[in-house]
Amino acid sequence: MTILVIAEHDNKVLAPATLNTVAAAVKIGGDIHVLVAGLGVGIVAEASAKILGVAKVLVADNAVYAHLLPENVAPLIANLVIEQNTIYSHVLACATSNGKNILPRVAAALDVDQISEIISVQSADTFKRPIYAGNAIATVQSNASVKVITVRATGFDPVAAEGGSALIEAITTVYESGKSCFVDEVLAKSDRPELTAARIVVSGGRGMQNGDNFKHLYSLADKLGAGVGASRAAVDAGFVPNDMQVGQTGKIVAPQLYIAVGISGAIQHLAGMKDSKVIVAINKDEEAPIFQVADYGLVADLFEAVPELEHAL
Amino acid sequence: MKVLVAVKRVVDFNVKVRVKADNSGVDLANVKMSMNPFCEIAVEEAVRLKEQGVASEIIVVSIGRSVAQEQLRTALALGADRAILVESADELNSLAVAKLLKAVVDKEQPQLVILGKQAIDSDNNQTGQMLAALTGYGQGTFASNVEVSGDSLAVTREVDGGAQTVSLKLPAIVTTDLRLNEPRYASLPNIMKAKKKPLEVLTPDALGVATTSSVRILKVEAPATRSAGIKVKSVAELVEKLKNEAKVI
Repeated sequence: MTILVIAEHDNKVLAPATLNTVAAAVKIGGDIHVLVAGLGVGIVAEASAKILGVAKVLVADNAVYAHLLPENVAPLIANLVIEQNTIYSHVLACATSNGKNILPRVAAALDVDQISEIISVQSADTFKRPIYAGNAIATVQSNASVKVITVRATGFDPVAAEGGSALIEAITTVYESGKSCFVDEVLAKSDRPELTAARIVVSGGRGMQNGDNFKHLYSLADKLGAGVGASRAAVDAGFVPNDMQVGQTGKIVAPQLYIAVGISGAIQHLAGMKDSKVIVAINKDEEAPIFQVADYGLVADLFEAVPELEHAL
Repeated sequence: MKVLVAVKRVVDFNVKVRVKADNSGVDLANVKMSMNPFCEIAVEEAVRLKEQGVASEIIVVSIGRSVAQEQLRTALALGADRAILVESADELNSLAVAKLLKAVVDKEQPQLVILGKQAIDSDNNQTGQMLAALTGYGQGTFASNVEVSGDSLAVTREVDGGAQTVSLKLPAIVTTDLRLNEPRYASLPNIMKAKKKPLEVLTPDALGVATTSSVRILKVEAPATRSAGIKVKSVAELVEKLKNEAKVI
């Protein structure tokens, strides 16, 4: 069995979520190959070759893959599976916006079902995944010739980033659909850690009242070295941009410490953070459902408690 | 321009589902069913394109049991012109649904297909991308803005770090994210009018599509529950607990 893992990166840096995805591949068992598709990805390829447990790194370095357009990258992956005389038993990608965008297109091209966002590996063909916003966990079995799977990073502890010495092999095939092109990208610039990789996350909800009040959370987060998230209610109300959303329809996080401020704890939000190691809730409504999952609850006015907390650290 | 919108009947987003005692699935007996929220956004976007004079006809399609006609009638009340139900008794996987939608696309030849990015029951987030693969069209997933100009489509997408805009050649596939629009409510006169709009019922057999699946659900369990911890009385106590008990700061 050989497992193909699609590396997550921004052409410059290998994203840590790749290490969690390789961890899922290790659980499945077999040789692990990593595909790095992009433009100017030499450093990413070298980082991938160092991941413990990776046997081979395939590098498709071409302008057509620069922005990971699924119309170009999906045929690259699908044809890799077909041309390698079915040595690949599994294709894995992180359940990031790239992985979710590209992998179903690969699965359909290979005429197999996809299994989305697995959180555990039971065996080489059986996996667990959350459904109904995490209100139920399904155990699913696949008899597809190639199992195409996205991996929820929080379900797997990352493998070591160093210690491997995989062979690096260039792939020169170029697929350009001509159906799509990249226009531009507006990425939030922040010195704070990325939400899904942060050790501590501070999130605000509707109780923040407006976007300006998030400055209290930014200031607290900076003191803690934390990432800043938000509930869907805060995003829907226009307080903060959608890329800060934690929950069923946003990002799934599992930091060491999650501080929920002015968040009531709707099930859709809990789906995105309930695997955090320690949860703190600060809310003035003592009946708020968030207290049912919080390790430490503080019933208080957040506008007093948050500055006080920052001060006390 | 003809626009095709796919909608799914799912458990209402306000319902807290329970796992059946025999672990065969979740209990859907006597619970409220609705149109998937992301599909509502898809219908709304099509209606807005029609109001702008970009779309000429909106066809709404659903794949599922006969009762999914309710959600199709809702879409008709919101502004779709006609509906197609591909009737299937079984719960189908995304690939089978995408194949059925491909057959409908072949028949109707829309310039644009809009779907929700994921259904809130199976949480798969696959069908739009799979339909794009099967049709060979470009895909603009997780859309927060859609603009048609001539024979191309600019789609702004919600991505992990912010927003990305891609340009797609029409025909194309779009899947909706939350901020694309805020769906309207159907007015009573429109609900009445919707009853008279055409609704065609097809079957997978008639479309020549096999709906077998390579994935099956072995069991469904309730997630591990997290129990409530303690209430602290002050910020000072909180900091003390985080430092000395939880050791996370």
